[in-house]
Amino acid sequence: MANQDGFLENYESDAKATIYVLRLFITGASPNSIRAVENLKTLCEKHLTNRYKLEIIDIHQQKELAENENVIALPLLIKKSPGPERRMVGDMSDTKRVLKGLGLSNN
Amino acid sequence: MSESQKTIFKTPYPTLPKTLTGINGLDEITEGGLPTGRPTLICGDAGCGKTLMSIEFIVRGAVQFNEPGVFVAFEEKSDELAMNVASLGFDLKKLQQQNLLKIDHVHIDRSEIEETGEYDLEGLFIRLGYAIDSIGAKRVVLDTLENLFSGLSNQAVLRAEIRRLFTFLKEKGVTAIITGERGDASLTRQGLEEYVSDCVILLDHRVINQISTRRLRIIKYRGTIHGTNEYPFLIDEDGISVLPVTSLKMANSVSSERVSTGIAALDDMLGGKGLYRGGSVLVSGTAGTGKTSLAASFANETCNRGEKCVYFAMEESPSQIIRNIRSIGIDLQKHIDSGLLHFNASRPNLYGLEMHLVAMHKCIKKYKPSVVIIDPITNFINIGSVSEVKNMLVRMIDYLQEEQISVMFTALSLNTIVNEQTDEGVSSLVDAWILVRDIEFNGERNRGLYVMKSRGMKHSNQVREFVITDKGLNLIEVYLGPGGVLTGSARQEQMLLEETGAALHSQAIGRKDREILRKRKVLEAKIASLNSEYESVEEELNKVYLEEELKKQILAKSREEVIRLRKGEAVDNYKKEGKK
Repeated sequence: MANQDGFLENYESDAKATIYVLRLFITGASPNSIRAVENLKTLCEKHLTNRYKLEIIDIHQQKELAENENVIALPLLIKKSPGPERRMVGDMSDTKRVLKGLGLSNN
Repeated sequence: MSESQKTIFKTPYPTLPKTLTGINGLDEITEGGLPTGRPTLICGDAGCGKTLMSIEFIVRGAVQFNEPGVFVAFEEKSDELAMNVASLGFDLKKLQQQNLLKIDHVHIDRSEIEETGEYDLEGLFIRLGYAIDSIGAKRVVLDTLENLFSGLSNQAVLRAEIRRLFTFLKEKGVTAIITGERGDASLTRQGLEEYVSDCVILLDHRVINQISTRRLRIIKYRGTIHGTNEYPFLIDEDGISVLPVTSLKMANSVSSERVSTGIAALDDMLGGKGLYRGGSVLVSGTAGTGKTSLAASFANETCNRGEKCVYFAMEESPSQIIRNIRSIGIDLQKHIDSGLLHFNASRPNLYGLEMHLVAMHKCIKKYKPSVVIIDPITNFINIGSVSEVKNMLVRMIDYLQEEQISVMFTALSLNTIVNEQTDEGVSSLVDAWILVRDIEFNGERNRGLYVMKSRGMKHSNQVREFVITDKGLNLIEVYLGPGGVLTGSARQEQMLLEETGAALHSQAIGRKDREILRKRKVLEAKIASLNSEYESVEEELNKVYLEEELKKQILAKSREEVIRLRKGEAVDNYKKEGKK
């Protein structure tokens, strides 16, 4: 499942469901990063089954992105769409807050 | 003892390397700049100049020392920053194009960020590292780290990460400035940065008596000596100027060259040559005694010699002074036109004492005059206590002496009684003290000028009358008589009186002389008559004597006859005689 270099795509034919475009910035194999990836994947599989697009970026590999995306604290998850854009930092262990950030807390 | 002295003068082992900031005066206080490759904290309240000082550090580094710099702005956007410092002549856009400067705006908004667990600031580190590497930066500024705390809530993480940031900066080998807002009980809000920084500079902006003064103090500087005082600084169109005053060495070289005061008679009073070059002279006196005229005369003389003069006018505007001084036959305008004379007019209340000092310092540095005039120093008392004013003037004199600049202060004494001290208490500091004093007598006021003191030269102990005429200033010897010191018309009157007296006196003497002559003649005549009388008496006496003598002779003759007769002969004779 974990596709380190690229996309983890889940398509679904269900039209009513919006596609969540997520971008997770991590730093190599730091404990926080690993936890964040794991936590997020679990969460997405549970709540956004087949309707999310997750891009995992190792900021060490693409340093110039740090400024463009205004990265400060890591791990950082940016919800690009649906709008509004939301940013979440941390290892994604606080599921409630992550869901709130993704706008899924009411579900 | 000798060992420690050696370390001061020779430094046998390498000391802490320092990076010049290029900021006026700061490098002197820090004895060479900020610690190279180490973080420095600049802290202070809002509006005290933290951002400006840090951006100046970066810009001067790029422009003067060709050291690229990274400015991480947590508060202002790149464009805003560029606009804010454009007024100081810093062109950030151009520097960015030349790859000498990189501005990274870090934006943190709490409302946009959801914290979902453990995190660190690795992103910031990577970003910073990338920015440093991309232009080969030697200087870094982080302005202001506190914003991290307002954007993120996990204090423990932030504190740990800030510590790590300082280590990171050291590892990168960049000379860094971190700015911090001042906290209530500590230097920064978090009370953390000051401990991990190698150098801490505190900026302060105080308002005392409605007058603000910016001050700077180096609180800590690991591994080096530094000035520990509070130093005033100024922000103006050239950026920041710190005044590294109070050199306590007192090892200034002195000149024995003399400069004229512009009044020949005053030069005469000062041993005939005037003041020492690089000396300080205080002219004090009550209102309207001609202090400004004296000062202007000194300025005029300086410019006539072809030397530069800076005139700090604290009470009158330059045009006012020029107009007023023209009335005594001194044209200052031509010196202004020729660029030798520079007026710097400012009200004392314009800013604090320290700021005045900094401003004067700057002005003197710019014009490099050989004479400075401060007219008057009295009003400084409005903006500081006596000791503060004194302190400021000590530093002023000190600096001027070091630069071999002569200085003339004027001071207003508020009462006519000659105090041993002037109000500002500077009389003990100056090399010469000229007192102009009102002498009120006989319904008029005249000016008397004394040389109260003049170090290292013979000077007159006499009071002179100080006269201001259409043709300039002059000193006249006052009349010292049994009636005391007389000046003005009283002096002239007295002099006239004396002249008349003398004339009358000589007249009287002439008459008496003639009388005596006549008397002598009479006596001589008398003597002559007595003489002739005596002669006649003598003659009479002589006649008697002669007759007596004659008588004696005749008698003697007759006696001889008688004797002869008695002896017979005489008979014959008698007979003969009888026969006859």
